Amino acid sequence: MENLLYIALFSPLVSSLFAALFTATPKKQFIGIIASLLIFTSFVSSSFLLAEILITGTPVHVEMMTWMATGNLYIPFGFVVDQVSVTMMMVVTLVSTIVHIYSIGYMDHDKGFNRFFSWLSAFVFSMMVLVMSDNYAGLFIGWEGVGLCSWGLIGFWFHKEVATWAANEAFIMNRIADLGMLIGIFLVYWNTGTLQYDGAFAAFATLDTATLTWIGIFLFIGAMGKSAQFPLHTWLADAMEGPTPVSALIHAATMVTAGVYLVVRSNELYDLIPNVGLFIASLGAFVALFAASMALVNRDMKRIIAYSTLSQLGYMFAAAGLGAYWVALFHLMAHAFFKALLFLGAGNVMHAMHDELDPFKMGGLKKKMTATAVMMTLASVALAGIFPLAGFFSKDAILESAFVEHHFIIYSVLLFTAGLTAFYSFRLVALIFHGEERYKLFGIDPHEAYKFMLIAMSPLLLLAIIAGSLKMTYYEMVTALLPATEYHIHNHLVYWIMTIGTQLFVILAIVYAYKKYANSKVTVPDGTSAMENSFGYKLLINQYYIPYFYEEYIVKSYRELSKIFWKQVDLKIVDATVDGIAGVLYSTGERTRDMQSGNLSTMLKWMVAGTIGLLSLAVVFGLAVRYSDAILAILSGLGV
Amino acid sequence: MEIGLNHYLVLSTILFAIGLVGVMRRKNLLLLFFATEILLNAVNIAFAAISHYYGDLTGQMFAFFVIAIAASELAVGLGLLIVWFKRHGTIDLDTMTSMRG
Repeated sequence: MENLLYIALFSPLVSSLFAALFTATPKKQFIGIIASLLIFTSFVSSSFLLAEILITGTPVHVEMMTWMATGNLYIPFGFVVDQVSVTMMMVVTLVSTIVHIYSIGYMDHDKGFNRFFSWLSAFVFSMMVLVMSDNYAGLFIGWEGVGLCSWGLIGFWFHKEVATWAANEAFIMNRIADLGMLIGIFLVYWNTGTLQYDGAFAAFATLDTATLTWIGIFLFIGAMGKSAQFPLHTWLADAMEGPTPVSALIHAATMVTAGVYLVVRSNELYDLIPNVGLFIASLGAFVALFAASMALVNRDMKRIIAYSTLSQLGYMFAAAGLGAYWVALFHLMAHAFFKALLFLGAGNVMHAMHDELDPFKMGGLKKKMTATAVMMTLASVALAGIFPLAGFFSKDAILESAFVEHHFIIYSVLLFTAGLTAFYSFRLVALIFHGEERYKLFGIDPHEAYKFMLIAMSPLLLLAIIAGSLKMTYYEMVTALLPATEYHIHNHLVYWIMTIGTQLFVILAIVYAYKKYANSKVTVPDGTSAMENSFGYKLLINQYYIPYFYEEYIVKSYRELSKIFWKQVDLKIVDATVDGIAGVLYSTGERTRDMQSGNLSTMLKWMVAGTIGLLSLAVVFGLAVRYSDAILAILSGLGV
Repeated sequence: MEIGLNHYLVLSTILFAIGLVGVMRRKNLLLLFFATEILLNAVNIAFAAISHYYGDLTGQMFAFFVIAIAASELAVGLGLLIVWFKRHGTIDLDTMTSMRG
């Protein structure tokens, strides 16, 4: 079992290092194939581990080596495969295998083909470290690793100014949150004396609530950054500047869910502090609604899906905050499947439309891209939560847990958001695949993606459809580790009214979206219609003016402050001091170079002068030492 | 008047001063060697006189060493001087500025 664990963990690293050897050479097809095979190896090993966990139910725990051991501090490189981490491993390796294969086709004409696979595999390795580590320090290493790889992949097309800007924004926002996370980890170590999960969790029970609350808050700040929760959410939409497979893997299925994983992993901590849990749930519900509202009007295909991701992350946090950890993890898994599928489908559309992202300029693409249309429609159905697809089971479980826990405000917000989700998802589908063929106006001739890309996507489609039926198996497995609360509404009538009501509401939203956007009257908006000039539309299309606010009040003032420090402190004090020292030395040298005339007589004269100078100094010091008492007496008489 | 240590030391100082001025003022390399010789011998006089005054032979031995080393140094120096003269036809110090910084 240990070997399987090491294979699962390290084959992505091997893949990354192998691809890294070729980053400076032109595109080589075999790199994509070998990288995909290695990631697939990791997937197979993870599947064996999953089978092992399902059969025996005992976690695999290894300690590879000692990392830090000084005094009381002992941090090993330890890895654990238990019910929670194996879920994440399966999601990560499955989605990344598919994304790797897909990328062979998607990045076909890109000059950075080899570099892309190196970064992508490095990301998988970091993510595996993150989910498999058995302590907070290892988790943090993986946490930073995925942040770095995300930076490298968002800014993959670094010749585009906007891509590098987005990469830096993501990195800096995560850095702010990581500071909180680091403080949380320090607090854990300070109060429990260990960073191992099991040791720390055992010690939490003895700590007072105030300390636990602080630990919970700081760890959650880290989770907020990585999972792009309000107010650190702006980077996720901007991160869509990266290649689409990256958005599918990192910014939909895996990395952004790391925050949810952290909360689920620390469930024993958050169980002790229900107030923080309630805050997490409320923030989650707020973000779900907030992000969904921005997705309603956006005119960038990838950004719409990004906001949808944000909204679904809000759902996961809502569940995790209410103590329904297994529900959060289940939704994480189901969401990874259909959201990755949606993104990869969007990638196909982008390729077909020559990187056009505005769905208003597409329309009627179902004739040319039937397979993609079917996949994206089914993914959207799953996302909207229609029975019997994956999203129905996971999202319904979240709604039920909110209802059973008597948090009716959270429940109604989430229910309303479910309607919005259905609306914006099908607005996108209707605009892209139905209605008039508006792309003809722009002279684009779309074509379906390579066949192997579509085949690579099919496992995701399958899982998006059937994942819901695995719910009870999954529940039995994962509740060995997580609190086994079943959220059942005991009153059958209420249950059926709720379920059918939700379904009807969602279906109505879908029908409305089709009615509004799948007809032949849809035109490319030109900014003159009444809706586009209404206050609500402007608020939403400008993302509630939050990026504007950040730019205007935080970035600008910070820039001004930096300018002052640069001009006043750096230039006038630090640089001036250093330059001054150099200047003195330089001018001394410049003035004294005349001494080195090369003329022997001159040099001899200087030598004599130096000897006389040293001799007179010796005489002066000798006299001063001899008459020191007298000199001191005179000085004290002068009052020195 | 008896000749004492002081007389020798004054003579040594005067000779050293003459040598020093010679070293600084002369522009002819050969005369520079003469001036160096005067400097060394001024010191030798002081060594011998002080050695005699204390009844300690170390100073006189030191003077012999100085003489021996001065002789060898001069042999090397004169050799170099001749080579220089053959090449450049002059031994004027002001023309030797190839080490200019």
